[in-house]
Amino acid sequence: MPSREVLDALKGALGCDQVLTDREDLLCYAYDATADMPRHLPEVVVTPRSTEEVVQVVQVANRFKVPIYTRGSGTNLSGGTVPTRGGIVLSTLLMDKILEIDHQNLTATVQPGVIIQDLNDAVACYGLIYPPDPGTVTTATMGGSVAECSGGLRGLKYGVTKHYVMGLEVVLADGQVLRAGGKTVKNVTAYDLVKLFTGSEGTLGIFTEITVKLVPAPEARRSMLAVFKDLSSAARTINGIIAAKVIPATLEIMDNMTIRTVENYARVGLPMDAAAVLLIEVDGIAEVVAREAEAVARVCRENGGELTEARSDADRDRLWAARRAALPALAQLRPTTVLEDATVPRSRVPDMLLALQEIAAKYNLRIGTFGHAGDGNLHPTILADERDREEMQRVHQAVDEIFRVALELGGTLSGEHGIGEAKKKYLEWELGPAGMDVLRRIKQALDPDRLLNPGKVVD
Amino acid sequence: MGIYGGLDGVREEIIKCMKCGNCLAVCPIYKENKREAASARGKVQMADAILKGEIGCTAGIADRLALCLTCRACVAACPSGVEADQVVLSARAEVVRQRGLPRAKGAIFAGLKRRKLFHAALRVGARLQRLGLARIDRDKARPRFPIGLDTRRVIAPLAAVSLRQQLPSLVGGNGAGLRVGFFTGCLINYLYTDIGQAVVQVLDHYGARVIIPPDQHCCGTPVMVHGDAATARDMARSQVNVFSAANVDVIVVACPTCGCAFKHNYPALLEGDRVYRERAQGLAAITYDITELLVDKLGMGSNPPGSGKSHTVPGTGKLRVTYHDPCHLVRSQRLKVQPREMLRAVPGVSLVEMKAPDRCCGGAGSFSLTHYDISMRIGARKAADIGATGAAVVATSCPGCRMHITDVLSRHGMAQRVVHPVQLLAEACRAGSGVGGERGTAHG
Repeated sequence: MPSREVLDALKGALGCDQVLTDREDLLCYAYDATADMPRHLPEVVVTPRSTEEVVQVVQVANRFKVPIYTRGSGTNLSGGTVPTRGGIVLSTLLMDKILEIDHQNLTATVQPGVIIQDLNDAVACYGLIYPPDPGTVTTATMGGSVAECSGGLRGLKYGVTKHYVMGLEVVLADGQVLRAGGKTVKNVTAYDLVKLFTGSEGTLGIFTEITVKLVPAPEARRSMLAVFKDLSSAARTINGIIAAKVIPATLEIMDNMTIRTVENYARVGLPMDAAAVLLIEVDGIAEVVAREAEAVARVCRENGGELTEARSDADRDRLWAARRAALPALAQLRPTTVLEDATVPRSRVPDMLLALQEIAAKYNLRIGTFGHAGDGNLHPTILADERDREEMQRVHQAVDEIFRVALELGGTLSGEHGIGEAKKKYLEWELGPAGMDVLRRIKQALDPDRLLNPGKVVD
Repeated sequence: MGIYGGLDGVREEIIKCMKCGNCLAVCPIYKENKREAASARGKVQMADAILKGEIGCTAGIADRLALCLTCRACVAACPSGVEADQVVLSARAEVVRQRGLPRAKGAIFAGLKRRKLFHAALRVGARLQRLGLARIDRDKARPRFPIGLDTRRVIAPLAAVSLRQQLPSLVGGNGAGLRVGFFTGCLINYLYTDIGQAVVQVLDHYGARVIIPPDQHCCGTPVMVHGDAATARDMARSQVNVFSAANVDVIVVACPTCGCAFKHNYPALLEGDRVYRERAQGLAAITYDITELLVDKLGMGSNPPGSGKSHTVPGTGKLRVTYHDPCHLVRSQRLKVQPREMLRAVPGVSLVEMKAPDRCCGGAGSFSLTHYDISMRIGARKAADIGATGAAVVATSCPGCRMHITDVLSRHGMAQRVVHPVQLLAEACRAGSGVGGERGTAHG
């Protein structure tokens, strides 16, 4: 337990209402959305409402050398917010104000606790969007998604969170407040500190203000679904679309295991024997969209894809229903769902899909794979039961192998979920000793006492 | 063993939760207080910790489990299909088994169980209420001083004569019609007798015979949701006895929570009872919400009231009506279309949808008694959505929602009338076919 003094200092700084110490509450901040991860209770949860209050919490942590685990909605998939070493959970949920929407400079400035979808709803009336759309868009906070650098379905055309963060206010481990970046499109003043903190998973600082780029909402879009009898035709189609100089907003793939599960679950009319399904959406200016849709349809047909085009919003919803059902359908098959995000260069997607089938067979596991074929970010989803120890052992071996293969194919450990606790042990495979050394030196420089999210990413 | 026999009964639900947090986006309480313990994910994890012996059934657990509207918005949003409300109800029952009921609740539930005592108390209450309640108008009153109710609150006064006293036990039909057993429920029997009158008039209009078994009693949900499974089980058995003996073709309810009691809760509560299980399942299969019965079984859609006659609703032009979906109807019973079809069939009504009509109003039965402030904050969002439609009337197929929305609107200085759709239909039936006003015992 933290000493009486720590709790008194926190209560003195924030008031009793914003300091939770009941075991019943602590239990509710002992997990995030990561599967197969035991609960770790914090010793206290604080809910500051301002930058000044965050500074005060950091000062208390500093004085008593207690770790701080910053948390938004706790939807991350790498154990990033689990307080593995106890201490303070700092929830940003009460810092939920949209501070400014600047439609002339196409920026929005928000507090970290703003929900991503709420920002999108707020900018819609200006005809603008904030493109990053992780699957948790209605739940996840801006702070959490910037800290994890989350991606989503539109990564291929629109990029991921780091492409939209322009400015940050960060409370550092020593309690200093840093402001970096701003509203200008161009900014090469010294090191790119905004990029350094984006995706730092709460290990280098605590965001208290975030300025992001907004873009005009596309005026038109066309959605298509193509069904393929074999994987290689689907792969040729993916590459063919890019070769035809079309960058779709969405280019999603589902493998046979996922198709069968989705069909059993949602009856959306997918052929059970299909090897792969591609969901493709192009968006932008109407005339361009029409030409791009035509090109996509041609490439699909040339490669033997059976094409369904959405003619109306209702049609579009039907096509998307299949993709949206992927995770729920898989998740309902077995109690434990291990969702990974190994990512490979686009051209290696078919190799990765084949390797995943082999891994499933080798370890006798059910793995359904779907994901963002256009940006090489796949979601192999392993279905298991955490009560079955022997099976979970096979799951762990399979996960190890998935990451090994992804790296062999020139890919990366994480496309969008981050390293956190769950993928720490693989980090050296990708970065090597030199990379690990750089990570440690950055951590040492900014958080020498290991107060911020200790145990995550790098020790 | 079922969900009320111990947390083991919901073990599979708990293990299915992948902690994705999708429920956070839809929980009305979490939206107000942003505390993880308010969310379904938090409660499922608490239940898991109890099962694993990491925490006991503490008073703190009981307090946090109380923060659930059982609106099932989380269940609808859950990708893994976790029935989180069932986990909450099971955990509440576990807490009561281990800790017992708080003394006040225990006394109230014991009274609720005894039909005659309960009825007599409410009769006395109806006479004496003007001492404690200041009338605002016909269906609104405000407590003069805190009689266990927040004095800011606008509630419906108790009817001078309860519905079941107003009506004979058999109404209408010519001996050939469908025999409909009407389970009135407490709110309709003691407070909103106008809904009950409308149910009977409309069923009569469509040729049904309405049987109102006099020995029926509270459905037991208030007892069950507070975790007193033993009392709820006794009440379920009593209801099964009464309605099995009534010799009816179908059972109709106009309160979705009572509907859930018959359709889902009795079979669940009596799952381990060899004698009663099948009888409860039998009654569940013939239970209908009034909107469901009229639209799906009595063909109201093809034979709207006053069809072929020139009939207009009082006033000029169309009456703008917006509809609020009660949680226990739209999610628990999946009845979304039927109430709307009923409203559209009423001549002169124009249905205007509000934003998120299926979002909980915050009432949730006794939740609004125990957590009035948060209940009002949830209600404020509903008031704004209602206001934006420009509707003059709010229809909702639940007397509980009606009471809460009336209170919420009055707090926001809004004058919309709040009714059950069947009331509008009854008005149209009266105007169209000359059916008289409220039925009295003399008709029997």
